Amino acid sequence: MSTASTAPPRGGYGRRPALVKSGPSGPRARSARAYLLYVAGKLGGAAVSLFAVLVTSFFLFRIIPGDPVRTMTHGRQVSAEQLASLRRQFGLDLPVWQQFTDYCAKALSGDFGTSYQFHAPVGDLIAEKVPATLLLTGVAVVIYSALGLWLGTRSAWHHGGPGDKVSTGVALTLWSVPSFWLGLLLIITFSVGIGPVPGMFPTGGMESGDASGFAYVADVAHHMVLPVITLVAVGYAQTLLVMRSSLLDEMGSDYLTTARAKGLRDDLVRRRHAVPNALLPTVTMVFINLGHVAAGSILVETVFSWPGLGGLFYQALSVPDLPLVQGLFVVFAGAMIVMNLLADLLYPLLDPRVGR
Amino acid sequence: MDTEIPRSTRQRPRTRTLLVVGATALALAAAAATPLNPAPQQAKAAQADAKRTLTVAVSQSIDSLSPFLAQRLVSTSVHRLIYENLTNYDVKDNHAVPGLATKWEPSPDKLTWTYTIREDSSWSDGEQATAEDAAWTFNTMMKDEGAATANGSFVANFKKVTAPSPTRLVIELKKPQATMAALDVPILPRHEWEKVGDFSKFNNDKKFPVVGNGPFVLTDYKVDQYVKLKPNEKFWRGAPKFDELVLKYYKDGDAAVAALQKGEVSFAANLTPAQAASLSKTENIKVNDAPGRRFYALATNPGARSKDGKKFGNGHPALLDQRVRQALFAATDRKTIIDKVFQGHAVEGEGYIPPRFPAYHWKPSAGQKIAYDPAKAAALLDEAGYKKNSAGKRVGKDGKPLDFRILCHATDPNDKAIGKYMQEWWGELGIGLKVECLDNVSDPWLAGEYDLAFDGWSVNPDPDFVLSIHTCAALPATPKDTGATDNFICDKKFDQLYAQQTAEYDEAKRAGIVKQMQSRLYDTGYMNVMAYPNAVEAYRTDQIKSITTMPESGGNLWGQDGYWSWWSAVPADVDDTSGEGGSSTGLVVGIGAAAVLAVGLGIFVAMRRRSTAEDRE
Repeated sequence: MSTASTAPPRGGYGRRPALVKSGPSGPRARSARAYLLYVAGKLGGAAVSLFAVLVTSFFLFRIIPGDPVRTMTHGRQVSAEQLASLRRQFGLDLPVWQQFTDYCAKALSGDFGTSYQFHAPVGDLIAEKVPATLLLTGVAVVIYSALGLWLGTRSAWHHGGPGDKVSTGVALTLWSVPSFWLGLLLIITFSVGIGPVPGMFPTGGMESGDASGFAYVADVAHHMVLPVITLVAVGYAQTLLVMRSSLLDEMGSDYLTTARAKGLRDDLVRRRHAVPNALLPTVTMVFINLGHVAAGSILVETVFSWPGLGGLFYQALSVPDLPLVQGLFVVFAGAMIVMNLLADLLYPLLDPRVGR
Repeated sequence: MDTEIPRSTRQRPRTRTLLVVGATALALAAAAATPLNPAPQQAKAAQADAKRTLTVAVSQSIDSLSPFLAQRLVSTSVHRLIYENLTNYDVKDNHAVPGLATKWEPSPDKLTWTYTIREDSSWSDGEQATAEDAAWTFNTMMKDEGAATANGSFVANFKKVTAPSPTRLVIELKKPQATMAALDVPILPRHEWEKVGDFSKFNNDKKFPVVGNGPFVLTDYKVDQYVKLKPNEKFWRGAPKFDELVLKYYKDGDAAVAALQKGEVSFAANLTPAQAASLSKTENIKVNDAPGRRFYALATNPGARSKDGKKFGNGHPALLDQRVRQALFAATDRKTIIDKVFQGHAVEGEGYIPPRFPAYHWKPSAGQKIAYDPAKAAALLDEAGYKKNSAGKRVGKDGKPLDFRILCHATDPNDKAIGKYMQEWWGELGIGLKVECLDNVSDPWLAGEYDLAFDGWSVNPDPDFVLSIHTCAALPATPKDTGATDNFICDKKFDQLYAQQTAEYDEAKRAGIVKQMQSRLYDTGYMNVMAYPNAVEAYRTDQIKSITTMPESGGNLWGQDGYWSWWSAVPADVDDTSGEGGSSTGLVVGIGAAAVLAVGLGIFVAMRRRSTAEDRE
């Protein structure tokens, strides 16, 4: 798996503001070519990573102990003939190399086979659950990244002050809280209701099941409130701390003094000069978090009975349902690779020194 | 770090913070002020036409809605509600009662069974359910490997199945089979299922309502969200009383309990002792602590082997001595296990079949019983040649200490707790015990690489299957194969009795043989039943007025052998679909909060615009 390149080395000199316009045509053509080369390199890297993931996923899950056929039929009235027949159906009676070549041939055309336990194509099973996961985790990542950026900026700008101490303290405390425990507390407090607090939200699931149109959208939003709050509460500290420390690094820089000397208001110095330069490491993290979106959050999905991919992965692993775990692994790793690629492609735009 | 960074003027941010705090406070106040979902105690009287929904919390995902493929309890429970089997089990004592068949009779040579199919059962699309549907179902399972996935074992001994008339089904057998009134196979409508191409991939979950003839009709299903069922008004026993039955997913037990407390669900099963204790104090909730259908046992490895006579695995040789096995069981304090580990939600184990099935349940006589008696255990070990040495350890004649391993399911807290107790009890006797807790015990188990194991099975009204897994025929063919055996037991006497009961069509005589088999199993000490865990569940009495348990007196509700509980449930007078109510009132709150936030955002943006304008000036 490729990892996003980190921010460029920091120099002691003043930073140029982000998104500078390029100079005359000669250097512009050169930099465009450099960018294209850079993009090609990154694309190639991503393709190699994806292929490696595809191959790894076959062998990785065959190490897990457990016999899929026995696990699935455990406690059921089955005969030895039925067990043998299931093995045949799943192709588990074939030699491993043959299973591998079959897998590769199919996987390259996007077919990950049929799930052992759900008797349905892996692609369909994943597609069924992707929207729920993207919705929940996507919304949460966007909110906690924005919240972290905002609070992190404020903390750094007023660092050492009471606001900074409280905000960082609260974020770190929430960061250390186990998400399933926080989720349960929220359910007990705001779903069931305690004392004067009424039960405002549903105890779980994604929808009530009988709404349509706008009512359906509102119903899903209503079901999303508590799980999103849980994910945001537990997650925003990351962005906050990274943003805070990278902005603190910028704050001593001369170019900020220059900006102030020009008579710019403090707010603008922060917004137009300091923050854009401090954004790079945070952008890396936001993209890594976006890459995680596909994998969902198994604990929060479980507590709130959210029908997402995290829960599906857990069920697939416990059998192990090989076609399903393989498919999910490729999707998760693929999302990560794509997000890293996007981050890589975005860097040169944020900081023209990257990719030169 | 530069300490000379000028602090910004705090004026503007403070205003903004104030605004945000204000907006949040307003949203919360609005939420608190809205009359929210009526808490159960304040549930208003039902409107005359209000839909009465029975909501059951479930956690297990549906593996398939095709009866040919479904293996999980939740799926087979749904099938129980939407299709009829040939026979059903009596709610009082589990004896076979009419289902789709009204009568069933064997031929004198015991090889042909004739079923009379009822004339008053029709499919939900109006077609008549006939013997041809039943014959088609069985024949498909016999011919098509995919259709045999879940229930193939039921037809393994069938030679030929025919329907000479719409009300007569004839099944010819290869050899006598006493379980012909216990065929737990849903009969499917041939006219719908004939169109299916590949049974191994058809999940019956795309077209609703699903055509069936059980007490309910499956009307909607969303993966891991809900299963919805409506009463089948044409059901021959009479339609269910609730307007809708919903199985709603709660992947976390504590969340399901919260939903029950709130009234979003009417019923939750598989409660932990702590959950049961807390719910029993809650108003309008009845905790049902019923005898379970499981046994929980200490299995000992009798020396793993395959049918071709090859030995494999590494079970401790000392366990081949019956006295050692019995000593271990005599040194296991079952009362403490019930009181401390199960916290009273279990019954002390004796025979193999739980007392929930009184026709087959067996108890050892006073002389036969291996009670908790450490002194007797010590004497048995001395007699077997395992004496204590100076260090207090029991050693064999070869000088090796008596050290065992026990396989434990890492996911089962009971296994771990009992393992700790055993270490203590057996340690006092001079026996070492290593508790090996694994996520997946099946690998060492199938390879015979264990000495002892925590074992347990759910028992059906017909005991044939749980007995068959201890016969020599269930051993794997070779060490590389997997057999249906539970614990590699292969005992000639047990096998003889098993063959006898299979061919015994007289129920009382068969029960007698089954009891002899349990007696034999008890004496050999390979399967030592420690407890019968209870089924602990709870329901809301302000939603369910009455409901039939199985067995009828003091039985349980979820996972019954039949459709009695949900079919018989009578709604309480007070309607409480607060889950639905909650969502509509909650909607108001949500919209209100969104509006407040939008206003806040507007002000925020406006202020920003103003500040840039100021800068330009």
